[in-house]
Amino acid sequence: MKNSKILWLLGLVLVLSAFLAACGGGDDTDTGTENTETEETEGAEGAEGNGGEPDSVQELNLIEGAEIPSMDSSIAEDAVAFNILNNVNEGLFRLNEENIAEPALADGEPEISEDGLTYTFKLRDANWSDGTPVTANDFVFAWQRAIDPDTGSPYGPYMMAGTVKNAKEVSEGDMEVSELGIKAEDDKTLVVELERPTPYFMSLMAFGTFYPLNEEFVTEQGDKYASNSETILYNGPFTLTNWDGTGLTWTMEKNPEYWDAETVQLEKINVDVVKETSTAVNLYQSGEKDRVGLSGEFAMQYAEDPEVVKELEPTLFYLKFNQERNGEETPLANENIRKAIATGFNKQDLVDVVLANGSLPANYLVPTEFTFNEAGEDFRDINGDMLPFNAEEAKTYWEKGLEEIGETEVTLELLGGDSELAGKMDAYLKEQLETNLEGLTVNLKAVPFGVRLELDEAQDYDMQNSGWGPDFQDPMTFIDLFVTGASHNLMSYSNEEFDNLVEQAKGELAQDAEGRWEAMAQAEKILIEEDAAIAPIYQRGLMSLQKPYVNNIISHPFGGDYSYKWAYISGKE
Amino acid sequence: MARYIGKRLIYMFITLALIATFTFFLMKILPGSPIASADKLSPEQRAVVEARYGLDQPLPVQYFDYMFGLLKGDLGISINQFKGANVTDVILSRMGPSAQIGFQGMLLGTVLGILFGMVAALRQNTWVDYGSTIVAIIGISIPSFVFASMLQYWFGLKWDLFPVALWKDGFMSSVLPSIALAMFPLATAARFIRTEMIEVLGSDYITLAKAKGASGSEIAFKHAFRNALIPLITVLGPMAVSILTGSLVVEQIFAIPGIGEQFVKSIMVNDFSIIMGTTIFFSVFLIVVILIVDILYGVIDPRIRLSGGKN
Repeated sequence: MKNSKILWLLGLVLVLSAFLAACGGGDDTDTGTENTETEETEGAEGAEGNGGEPDSVQELNLIEGAEIPSMDSSIAEDAVAFNILNNVNEGLFRLNEENIAEPALADGEPEISEDGLTYTFKLRDANWSDGTPVTANDFVFAWQRAIDPDTGSPYGPYMMAGTVKNAKEVSEGDMEVSELGIKAEDDKTLVVELERPTPYFMSLMAFGTFYPLNEEFVTEQGDKYASNSETILYNGPFTLTNWDGTGLTWTMEKNPEYWDAETVQLEKINVDVVKETSTAVNLYQSGEKDRVGLSGEFAMQYAEDPEVVKELEPTLFYLKFNQERNGEETPLANENIRKAIATGFNKQDLVDVVLANGSLPANYLVPTEFTFNEAGEDFRDINGDMLPFNAEEAKTYWEKGLEEIGETEVTLELLGGDSELAGKMDAYLKEQLETNLEGLTVNLKAVPFGVRLELDEAQDYDMQNSGWGPDFQDPMTFIDLFVTGASHNLMSYSNEEFDNLVEQAKGELAQDAEGRWEAMAQAEKILIEEDAAIAPIYQRGLMSLQKPYVNNIISHPFGGDYSYKWAYISGKE
Repeated sequence: MARYIGKRLIYMFITLALIATFTFFLMKILPGSPIASADKLSPEQRAVVEARYGLDQPLPVQYFDYMFGLLKGDLGISINQFKGANVTDVILSRMGPSAQIGFQGMLLGTVLGILFGMVAALRQNTWVDYGSTIVAIIGISIPSFVFASMLQYWFGLKWDLFPVALWKDGFMSSVLPSIALAMFPLATAARFIRTEMIEVLGSDYITLAKAKGASGSEIAFKHAFRNALIPLITVLGPMAVSILTGSLVVEQIFAIPGIGEQFVKSIMVNDFSIIMGTTIFFSVFLIVVILIVDILYGVIDPRIRLSGGKN
């Protein structure tokens, strides 16, 4: 009997030690990277790449977080597809290393008519991967295909309506596709007509939905078009290979037909889909992968690692304040109540302790390091911070607000996502607000994304933790979300002055870069500082581990997330 | 026998039709839209995309369209995970790896589990018995994601014996995931066999066999083991289905292009045709396995008759 007890104990110890070993795993992972550590010290900034001479083997090994849902540029609507499209295809313009849209397939800047409504592009000599030339008709075909209701493209109508002439009418079936504002004058001349002057139109031309498609090839493939890597034509820095349409693996190879092939140094990019961050980190540590995105606890764990690369994304998260729920005014219809909540939680602690992934506290709507004027100044510099955290002021606003609505206690619902991170964040907000604003009770409601959209649409919430990423490189992609009746407003916010400023920026000021910039800045000030229509929370950051021999992967604020055109390997051997 | 199987096939068909119907309507109650960028599109723009996939039709029309397609073997096309791809192709391309690691894991787990269970029963209350019980308890109680992560960390990253993850090195890639999957059937089989064997070994006919002078191994294999198998087969059948049709956790951790992970994801993103396709595929599999298990009962134990005494 005694013997058996010892055996049980032994078993228990075994189990426990197995658990402990698993838990302790993260701490001693550096032993796996011993061989890279020496190189690290050579590079000036370690993780930023060493900037040395390119190696003879130019192969990059990457991880993607999800499968490719579609490589058809008319159908694509997700980050993975747009990222690959940005690397295997090309439009009239491309975002360069400084994230400025520069001519790509367009041969120099277009000719723009005086009213800003007609753009005439000359095309450079460029080929598809099968050797046939890219013509103006390829653009006409692609744009018409993306707007044709029969195609069922989500991004075609979304990106073109209100910008390209007749796009809305065509997408709703009220006009023929041939009436869309795009014509091929000859093989090398493309004329685009717009609904209204669009100062950021060049940056739109870098977006996947506007890329050309070879009509003959696409028509010939029919339903099979883009169903795997063999049934697509490429005109970008790389071609896609080894993709079977549903698999977790694909390769990008240097495209010898690319017009700027001499700039491209990488010969091959091997991509594998890994959905589990711990697995991705293990693959990185084993040397099989050169870069891995860190999420949640991994960001915290590796924050001090010399191989960490930090990026600031132009994605902003904020609380939406619903002013009218089920036909009745909510307490949030009161400006002072809104201001109290907007200034009533500590954002710095939130990003430092809860998020810990390099995010920034946001006291603004238009992200920092996102848009720049001609002189290279950040739009953010105009308004700076608005309504920052201030517990004292919050209290004053709160008391004033309560008095105005004649209540001593207020209960509000906070609608948020059901991920672990969202849960932690909302719990933090609840704790902060209830501590700083006496008499406030916040009820958390965590739901899946789809449910949140439905509740948003029905305007059935009090406060909502919401976010937005840009679709083009202009402050307007954030600002016009909140004009009266906009499909993202859904919180009964309405301010005539704000609406007018947005209207001016889109209309009469469209061609006056400075005045337009001013109008948008003023609109932002009204929205955030004067009205506190929403309460900005944070701008998202992203941490990755990257081997020191990887150089010059460029990250972009919209469209495709990364460009590998300029990337190279140096010092791996 | 043929008549019995024929009858079972008709029931199978009815069961499947019911499963398909329930799944179809339950799935339509799911909140959310299958359009990935639904939060950006205006209602008009969303309607255009929905029309492309026939989602603008009234529900009964969609239902009958789907069921008629199903009769012709057409599972429809994926709406958002692999836009436009044929669901049959998606399932076929994803089934192989799941089935391979599932089969290997099942085989390894059951064989080892039966072995452990038998040895434990024959050497009851010795260290062999306790050892195998400990293994069984570990196998049941450690969640597969912990076990899989541990295998990956030690055998993949630290000792470099097997690939860390990815489906690239043929059989070598399948070893760790198979072991991870084997733990549960191993533990289950060991526990069932041990309990049953002990019970059978204490029964009268074993005493009789012993009295007749049958050898120890003869008793163990011919008499005790065969009878101990029956309850195991009952649980192994459905377990085989769940393992062969893929495990979300193991597939995710080892980055294997399997079907289990796809199924879960399709529900989260409302990819209706993939939800239906995989559900029907899993159901057919399960129903067929249950039929096989029922037939196997008769083979193992003639006392269990299939066709109500007429056979």
